[in-house]
Amino acid sequence: MEDKIKVAGGTGLSAQDISSGKIFLTEDSLDCTYAWDTGVAVNRYLEELKKGKIIATRCRKCKRIMLPPRLFCELCFIPCPDWQYVQDSGIVNTYSICYVHWDASRIGKDEKPHLPAVIEIDGAAPGMGIMHILGEVEPQEIKIGMRVKAVWKPEAERSGSITDIKYFKPC
Amino acid sequence: MRKVAIVGAGMTKFVRRALETPKELSYEAAKITLDSCGLTLEDVECIAHGTAPDAFDGLHQNGEYMVDGCGGWNKPTMRVYVGGGTGIHAVVHGWHHVASGLFDTCLVVCEEKMSSALPHAQAFFLTIFDSITERPLEPNLLWIFALEMNRYMERYGYTKEDMALVAVKNKLNGLKHPASQFTEEVTVEDVVNSEMMAYPVSRLDVSPVSDGAAALLLVSERVARRLTDKPVWIEGVGWSLDTAYWATRDLYYPRYTDTAARMAYEMAGIREPDKEIHIAEPYDPFGYKALHHMEGLQLSPRGKTVQLLHDGHFDIDGNLPMCPSGGLLGVGNPIAAAGTMKVCELFWQLRGEADGRQVPGNPRLGVAQSWGDLMQVSSVVVTGI
Amino acid sequence: MAIMERNSRNIDNRYWNPGFKAFPVKNVYTAGAAGQRFFEEIKNNSKILGSRCEKCELTYVPARIYCERCFNRLEEKNWIDVGTEGTIYSYTLLFQTQNGEPRENPAVMVAVRIADGLLIHRLGEFSAADLEIDKPVKAKFKPKEKRKGCIEDIDYFKPIK
Repeated sequence: MEDKIKVAGGTGLSAQDISSGKIFLTEDSLDCTYAWDTGVAVNRYLEELKKGKIIATRCRKCKRIMLPPRLFCELCFIPCPDWQYVQDSGIVNTYSICYVHWDASRIGKDEKPHLPAVIEIDGAAPGMGIMHILGEVEPQEIKIGMRVKAVWKPEAERSGSITDIKYFKPC
Repeated sequence: MRKVAIVGAGMTKFVRRALETPKELSYEAAKITLDSCGLTLEDVECIAHGTAPDAFDGLHQNGEYMVDGCGGWNKPTMRVYVGGGTGIHAVVHGWHHVASGLFDTCLVVCEEKMSSALPHAQAFFLTIFDSITERPLEPNLLWIFALEMNRYMERYGYTKEDMALVAVKNKLNGLKHPASQFTEEVTVEDVVNSEMMAYPVSRLDVSPVSDGAAALLLVSERVARRLTDKPVWIEGVGWSLDTAYWATRDLYYPRYTDTAARMAYEMAGIREPDKEIHIAEPYDPFGYKALHHMEGLQLSPRGKTVQLLHDGHFDIDGNLPMCPSGGLLGVGNPIAAAGTMKVCELFWQLRGEADGRQVPGNPRLGVAQSWGDLMQVSSVVVTGI
Repeated sequence: MAIMERNSRNIDNRYWNPGFKAFPVKNVYTAGAAGQRFFEEIKNNSKILGSRCEKCELTYVPARIYCERCFNRLEEKNWIDVGTEGTIYSYTLLFQTQNGEPRENPAVMVAVRIADGLLIHRLGEFSAADLEIDKPVKAKFKPKEKRKGCIEDIDYFKPIK
């Protein structure tokens, strides 16, 4: 009986096909770099981070205090000109213990796993988290719901970046 | 809106690294699809095609590059792109072309060649994170899945072993798929003990990097009646995008899938999806995602999905077979092509042509769903006979 | 201001520079089912192959495995030697490098028409008078031991005197 499921092509190559030079390959790298405009709202966010503070914007309609701050509420679609400071502490909404780098290469033997987390910031609307990393904690001790606090870089080293907060640690 | 039928489907084998160029892969899938229903390119009025990030294939404006391989020479051709959602989004997009009355035939082709990307396809995802508030933390793609999986497990008390069972079952189904890139069964122990990538995601929880293409032919009712006595109708379509501020919405429930599914069910006149749908092909790039999506698709009560999985409810001979194709975990994951493959599977299943994987009991209604962008989009297609 | 120059001040100018090498990735491309055969012939036999669709009366160069117009598969029997000569379909003079720096002598790129296809390549061994549409040209191959199975195995095209 003829196969009713139609499959054609998709000729698999092995690593050996490639390394033997039998298969013709062309390599190219774009070798390009990018730089981005920070925008109005995030620029203020970064300026405040440089001062050691976290600032949010508030939506007059849905009342959410939003992080990262934004010029408009994406739910109500109205401008949000009201700024409000929030705390530099929060709770761990979720976390991971990551053993690979961004390019999928594995971390080294002496390298500690990365500890990314979503942290719900105190003073922001419930559930309003930001992505950051955890520190001064053993991976197995991390729990969802754990209270954490920002550890800031010394003022002189801050550059107006999300990394002006070194990490969040349990408190 | 006019009724739209699927009358042909085809795909390439999914492989880790293909000899063929992206356009040659597209050609193979498109050609065998036309052959399967006895049509030629002359019969095709328009093309709806999709590939996910250009960066994978390493071809900027990859849609334009692919066009001749998709049969688009000198024809109205349009590409859609919503990351991992592309494969089913392209079917929705093709459906528009025919449902609107503008065309009677539309060839849908989706392709992905991830092996072109070095050092690893994953690296290219770095730029999907917010360039100012997230990228300086040097995130990697696995983070967001690991964060979502952990939140989901915590919310309902699911374990890593529970999640591993999805990979085990899907890979078992995939062994019977002629296009699968896998040849071996795995056990729950294999999955749980496989290399830890980003807790709680282990290596075998993740679908592979793949090259491949898949295609479908969509036609109007008038054409369908002339071509076949077994058309598969597109009964409903839906799609939705949630906010890109992904960390500010709770990750345990896929609201975007909920919205997209409700839209498709309403169009299809489905009131109780968990009772009416016979086959589900939820998007499963990770084991947990299949279950997460089953809840969003209203096919399983929130928090009860793992119990149903253990009870065999989602097996091929269960009440609601899930991923009978094997899914992305069992067949392979050439991003855009993988989504289209799921609709191909519904086509073959509903026509009773799925050979060793055939869902018993003459299934009549199926749903396929894909997911992508920054964990925020779902595209849903409901098909029936 | 040269094309590549750009303001790169810090956030005081509302401008974010990531400060690390942004994106060290690369791509590798297989020549493909058709390309593999096409370049093997160039590499081993100094021959350029086209593939002919009898139905559409078209000969594709470089050779392909399908006809884009009728979607027929172009099988082994459709692959033909199209010779190594063609004509200048169009040309351009490049006064800048890819990075926008001036070149001492302009480079000449030609689109060479062979059968119904076009090959984009460099022009070599020419004088100004040779720069003419429809001028016959011929492929100059690299020495065999230097060929790798790629378009650079042809060093350049040169006018036929």
